[in-house]
Amino acid sequence: MNAHPEILRLLAFLAGLIIFAALNAAYLVWLERKVCGHIQRRIGPKEVGPFGLLQPLADGIKLMTKQVLVPPQVDPVLFRLAPALVLIPAIMSFVVIPFSANLVAREINIGLLLVFAFASVNVLGLLLGGWGSANKYAVISAARCVSQNVAYEIPMLITVITMVMITGTMNLNEIVLQQPDISQWYVFRFTASPLMPVAFLVFFICSLAETNRAPFDLGEAESELIAGFHTEYSGMGFGLFFMGEYANIVIGASLATVLFLGGWQSPVSFIPGGWWWFLAKVYFLIFTIMWIRWTYPRTTLWGLLNLSWKVLIPISLLNLLVTGGMLKLMPLIFGAG
Amino acid sequence: MSIMTPEGLAGLIFLFLAAVTLAGALIAASTVRLPRAVAGLALSFTGLAGIFYFLNSPFVALMEMLIYVGAVCVAIVFAIMMADPGVEKGASSRATAIPAGFSAALGALFAAGLIVLARNTMWPPPAARLNDGSVIQVGHGLITTYSMVFELISIVLLMAIIGALVLARKGRDPE
Repeated sequence: MNAHPEILRLLAFLAGLIIFAALNAAYLVWLERKVCGHIQRRIGPKEVGPFGLLQPLADGIKLMTKQVLVPPQVDPVLFRLAPALVLIPAIMSFVVIPFSANLVAREINIGLLLVFAFASVNVLGLLLGGWGSANKYAVISAARCVSQNVAYEIPMLITVITMVMITGTMNLNEIVLQQPDISQWYVFRFTASPLMPVAFLVFFICSLAETNRAPFDLGEAESELIAGFHTEYSGMGFGLFFMGEYANIVIGASLATVLFLGGWQSPVSFIPGGWWWFLAKVYFLIFTIMWIRWTYPRTTLWGLLNLSWKVLIPISLLNLLVTGGMLKLMPLIFGAG
Repeated sequence: MSIMTPEGLAGLIFLFLAAVTLAGALIAASTVRLPRAVAGLALSFTGLAGIFYFLNSPFVALMEMLIYVGAVCVAIVFAIMMADPGVEKGASSRATAIPAGFSAALGALFAAGLIVLARNTMWPPPAARLNDGSVIQVGHGLITTYSMVFELISIVLLMAIIGALVLARKGRDPE
């Protein structure tokens, strides 16, 4: 029996994406600890392997050998299901991310929609985990996560709608192809809207809040809520939540790269583009996210919700109007292009 | 028909998706634990999204995920967050038996009606693939062929917003 090459290709990509997500989770934890250490004038992990590079391996073995405790009062089915519900949608979203011109598992017309459709499942996983734990800290944390995610989904989606109006497509690879060099990157595309850098900032802040990253990590404020929605999780249950969180950070940074920073395209035309550019931009954004985490203190819940409803949503709506106006005005001024 | 033919595999996938949808719906309707009911509903919606994808409409499938799983289920969870996280032990079996029997009878009647309707309808195959689900096609569809439905939906949403405002206007009861 000979397998169809398309099926082989999909299987190879599936395995590759799962390995990519797992390696990212492991080594972003290492990077996070190193960055945190250097920002706090320490040197971070250094004992296991050179520069502490084998530390994630040791942590992984430790997590896997630990028992997954299921407390007696919890809902056992939902309790076990929740970590998978956080991780699987994130891996699904990787399917449409173009790592380079050809390195994309499945290029579909509505890739952008697919990412947001699956990203919205993530919050359900957090909720069921927090709720299923039957622990008051986990329940409070789950309530905070929902209000936060609902609030920040709105400006994020409005910004994305603005981007779709400009690009005219939801195919992520086509969006990348529209940005051949740094002057064409959508973050600097002032002919589309003078507010483009602001749109990028709104998108970036929203992706921080959607992934529950500091300064918006109200869901797991250690000083108030122990560990938030994963208070009751041990071993790989906790490990999966962690992998899901880092996978979502990678997705957020990848989307920001694809939409605003030219994806896998090179910033200058004489150097060829490729997956290395994509990864360089993504990891630069992830480094910035870590930098923010260890620089700013956590906001309050009210500050967080006010920022979204009173600042980000009006700004993104204004940007939507300005972009719509520019789309109609530019052909009138410069002639139909 | 063998399972290993394309039609056989497609039938198998369809049966699997239908089973997931029905199982989710049954969980949602029969459990006494509210979080499980929502999880069942989400499972049912996911199965339905799978059926839409199976029927070659990825746009509708993803909208199903985005709106029903991502928004409706999350909104329902937001509402039941006010409830007690433990198992509800309130209603006795006698108090729930009559409404349960009534709703089961209604459900059976509805299902029978739908089956009769489905068997007696001629299902003409679409002449060609309607569109490729791209932004341009969907946009044209929304403001030409389906503009009436689109506007009606916006009225429903407007009524929902006004209703929420009316409810919230009273403020909280100072207990």
